[in-house]
Amino acid sequence: MLVLDRVGKTYPNGVHALDGISLTVSPGEILVVIGGSGSGKSTMLRAISGLDTPSQGRVVLDGMTIAAPHEQIGIIFQEPRLLPWLRVADNVGFGLEQCPTAERNARVSRALERVGLTDKSRVWPRELSGGQAQRVAILRALVPRPQVLLLDEPFSALDAFTRADLQDHLLDLWADSKPTLIVVTHDVEEAIVLADRIMVMRPHPGRVHEEITCDLPRPRDRQSAAFDFVKRRVLAALDRSLERAVITDDRETKAAAGGGLWW
Amino acid sequence: MSLVSMTASVEPAEVTPAPSNASVARGGPGRLLRPALGLLLPVAVAVAWELAVRQGLASGRLVPPPSVIVQTFADLARTGELELHASATLSRVIAGFAFGVVAGTVFGAITGYSALMNRLVDPTLQALRAIPSIAWVPLFILWFGIFEASKIILIAVGVFFPVYLGVMGAVMSVDRKIVEVGRAFRLSGIAMVRRILLPAVMPAYVISLRAGMGLGWMFVVAAEFMGASTGLGFLLIDGQQLGKPAQIVAAIVAFAILGKATDWLIVLLSAPFLRWEDRFART
Repeated sequence: MLVLDRVGKTYPNGVHALDGISLTVSPGEILVVIGGSGSGKSTMLRAISGLDTPSQGRVVLDGMTIAAPHEQIGIIFQEPRLLPWLRVADNVGFGLEQCPTAERNARVSRALERVGLTDKSRVWPRELSGGQAQRVAILRALVPRPQVLLLDEPFSALDAFTRADLQDHLLDLWADSKPTLIVVTHDVEEAIVLADRIMVMRPHPGRVHEEITCDLPRPRDRQSAAFDFVKRRVLAALDRSLERAVITDDRETKAAAGGGLWW
Repeated sequence: MSLVSMTASVEPAEVTPAPSNASVARGGPGRLLRPALGLLLPVAVAVAWELAVRQGLASGRLVPPPSVIVQTFADLARTGELELHASATLSRVIAGFAFGVVAGTVFGAITGYSALMNRLVDPTLQALRAIPSIAWVPLFILWFGIFEASKIILIAVGVFFPVYLGVMGAVMSVDRKIVEVGRAFRLSGIAMVRRILLPAVMPAYVISLRAGMGLGWMFVVAAEFMGASTGLGFLLIDGQQLGKPAQIVAAIVAFAILGKATDWLIVLLSAPFLRWEDRFART
């Protein structure tokens, strides 16, 4: 179980990015974090990953305080950040250096097969499309079988078609070993497709504004009334998080939802 | 708007880039023709000069025709002089290059990695870099004598600065996002250097080694002008003093061949580490 105990972050320049977040995430849960700019989403994710140290509070995983990157916590960034000097298979196996070669190769091959990239195993990252590269980045983080996987706006640089494809791939891969997922996104539809729980954050300083449980059956139908209902709830919560007037007119709500991107 | 309608006009994203025209041309007649094109001008000039001298349009005394240079080159090779002088020069370049590269790499890595060391050491080294290296010659002769040590040190000084600057710049410009990937996988110390930093700086490092080698060849001439009884630089001086321009040109040709060969060797040895670069897809 992952616990954030009053985690806060103030940067040396005085910016108070995160204000005492307390949160418990159950094993296997998919928590999606959504909020406006400056709401501390990425700061929180980096604190959980151990890449940044919180100024106040602590991150605890199964009773252990996380103060530095931990083998049970993987992270996927907005851009794939593949190592250009390693072929695709070596990128996927990057976190398995301690594994015997045969086991490493087997796990990498299985992973590439799961996302249909077996034929790309020997190519260089520069030869991949954006979607393929991000799939490889997801595999690189998942192959060491972390207990918690953090995703910082992982699909935001991709077109809508590829984004939907990768959301499905992510859920498929998640179903294999059911790690805890914490996904930061700006995309309301993405949040609803993925989440068990959606946490809406408010900015300056970042804190939890509202939590919305999302228990729609999977796979989730984006066209369904239930999906649309949750979407309206999330959009309303986002508006309230910025202390905006809540748009109640149904037509206006749909217009605001637009392509699913919420800024 | 539904996702389907939103993306109806979007091309499938998972398209592998099509092979470039260059790679299509690879293996065709272009492969042979392109380097040959570069030879056209020098060969034309050489042939024209040879004909001009043979037709009596020029004496060829100060600028010998290609046939005389080839003959001189062959004579030097036959008598063993070419091997003696070329190997003397080559061994000086290799020794100076080795010292310069080691020192340049160490100092470049330290000043690139540590901001404190950069503030401490870099200003002094930049000040030293501003001194024309040939200006060191009298001092080096006083300190290290007229023989090999002063020559090798002068070459090492020449090699040091491009390598130092290249390594420092490369280390400083390693993509911090890639370093963060290493941190996320709990790499630190040697593992971070071996798995992230070294491969990341390798392209810039190879370029600085090639620049260093080029300067090494430049400085060996200056070093051999200092006073040497062997070496291609000695052949140059000897040719000048005895009025043998063909010997001078033969020595210059030997410099060119050895310089190109050592550069090619660096490219060849470093190629396995740089296969991931874009240029390998283009050439």
